[in-house]
Amino acid sequence: MKSSESTLVHTETGSKVIRGSKTIETARTKGLSRKAKDNLAGYLFISPWLIGFLGLTLGPLLFSLAASFTDYNITSKMNFIGLDNYKRMFTMDDLFRTSLFNTVYYVIFSVPLTTAGAIVLAVLLNQKIKGMKFFRTIYYLPAVLSGVAVYFLWMQLLSPSTGLVNTMLGWFGIEGPAWLFDPEWTKPALLMMKMWSVGGGMLLYLAIMQGVSPQMYEAADIEGASPWQKFYYITLPMISPIIFFDVITSTIGAFQIFQEAYVMTENGSGGPGNSLLFYNLHMWNNAFEVFDMGYASAMAWLLFIIVMVLTAVNMKLGKRWVHYEGGDGK
Amino acid sequence: MRSTTAPKFHETKKFKENVRLTIVTLLLIAGSTLILLPLWWMISTSLKSPAEIAQYPPTFIPKEFNFSNYIEAWQTAPFTRWALNTLFLAVVGTIGSVLVNSLVAYAFAKIKFKGRNTIFVLVLSTMLIPGFVTMVPQYILFSKLGWIDTYLPLLVPAFLGSAFFIFLLRQFMMGIPNELIEAAVLDGAGHLQIWWNIMIPLTKPALITVAIFSFNGAWNDLLGPLLYINDESKYTLQIGLQTCKGTVQTQWHYLMAMSVTVLLPVILLFFFFQRYFIEGSNLSSGTKG
Repeated sequence: MKSSESTLVHTETGSKVIRGSKTIETARTKGLSRKAKDNLAGYLFISPWLIGFLGLTLGPLLFSLAASFTDYNITSKMNFIGLDNYKRMFTMDDLFRTSLFNTVYYVIFSVPLTTAGAIVLAVLLNQKIKGMKFFRTIYYLPAVLSGVAVYFLWMQLLSPSTGLVNTMLGWFGIEGPAWLFDPEWTKPALLMMKMWSVGGGMLLYLAIMQGVSPQMYEAADIEGASPWQKFYYITLPMISPIIFFDVITSTIGAFQIFQEAYVMTENGSGGPGNSLLFYNLHMWNNAFEVFDMGYASAMAWLLFIIVMVLTAVNMKLGKRWVHYEGGDGK
Repeated sequence: MRSTTAPKFHETKKFKENVRLTIVTLLLIAGSTLILLPLWWMISTSLKSPAEIAQYPPTFIPKEFNFSNYIEAWQTAPFTRWALNTLFLAVVGTIGSVLVNSLVAYAFAKIKFKGRNTIFVLVLSTMLIPGFVTMVPQYILFSKLGWIDTYLPLLVPAFLGSAFFIFLLRQFMMGIPNELIEAAVLDGAGHLQIWWNIMIPLTKPALITVAIFSFNGAWNDLLGPLLYINDESKYTLQIGLQTCKGTVQTQWHYLMAMSVTVLLPVILLFFFFQRYFIEGSNLSSGTKG
């Protein structure tokens, strides 16, 4: 790979030498023109990323596409089986359908909830109030806490009889559900946990809101606009590029829900009634529990296609409502 | 609020503004309580006796503070070993991440090479690929290389750059005047020297941000160790903690004591360096418009 890069650079140098003598003059001391040296340095500097991209992203992507048409299971030889893995997903694997449903459920609720939550929080945190720095720190804190410890914490908070959540519901005379033990309530439980760390997304919105010029709001004040009108006609269009970015990245993120379900259910069993068997958990079990790598690759590629299509749809729809400063809007 | 008998002052703009800010403050206080209560609950549970945890209604402040829970919990498993393993991975990974990402970002920000913009778009587009899609083939690759049950699959990728950090550092470097680099070139400095002597010192705040995010990411990583590490002596805290769930199930005082201990470095890091956490998150929004 590296040799092909340097050949490319050499041809570039060659053509430069023929074209003009001025460039040679400036770099005569080192033998290479400045431009050629920049090309060489540029590719050398980004070579770690290039190696990573080819070895850990593009290569694996193509490999899994190929493997998805085989019955590869690590130990045996690969046999080409055509579309069998894809057929199996849709016709024979009931758990596949369950896992896709669970994942789509989670995406549909978590993306709007976290986006709206982050915006509301950013509006509240964008006021001139004493102690704002303190509030911002507190709200952002859960976003840096992740991993097994946080899942343990929530398992304890959601504990049906003595957990904090049901204790607090009890104050209002509400008898809380069994959360992680009740198939109806497992996914809402994970959504609640997700909302706890909504402050992570808030910072992006806050940064943009602070960049909106105060004159715009002052002008609106003179016109007698209500706070709601100011939000709808000034803030919302200004933050729309970030909403757009946030929706795309959080959709991709939500489709990858895995760790919560893996840790909070019995080693990836999928919870009561398979209500927490998410797409990636099912894929994980196929790949690393039964080593059905061919089938897992097919699942991975379907996920890739779903996410890419959704991203493309988001981009297409985004053109209608995302407002770019300086652009013509539509 | 708008009672008819109220004096005129109640109708003034200033009064309305004050009412609004008071409501916002109250909402924020209520919200922060909801954020902090779970953490308080974790600490409180970690200090209680098993009998007190089972009690109904639960107590918010432990009747007696059993600090010994922490020592006993730590001794249920080789936690010291796991903590050292995690620290090693996090430190080495962070060094790699800071050096490599800044090197790559420097090229995208300041070296004019052929195809730079196209490749940069490629870098950004990799952020759209779900990690799970490449996980299976990466596992196969690392297993063919004989890297299973070693730290290589966890460390090597850190030395190959990450799209988000490259983007973040490039944004920061774009703000550094080109004249500085032109001057250094005239003095005969190569790009490697410029990167090391000029860029690294000038981008220190952004590098600290990358370091903190990398460290945090490595500290909290469950998926990587879960996939690649089998030998208990090589476990990290996350995977060690995960395996503890089975052995000390429902012993909430131990589980919460372990959780507090594992989260403590992250919480301390956050409070000491919150400026960098917050700037890092802001920087990524630098693309607006």
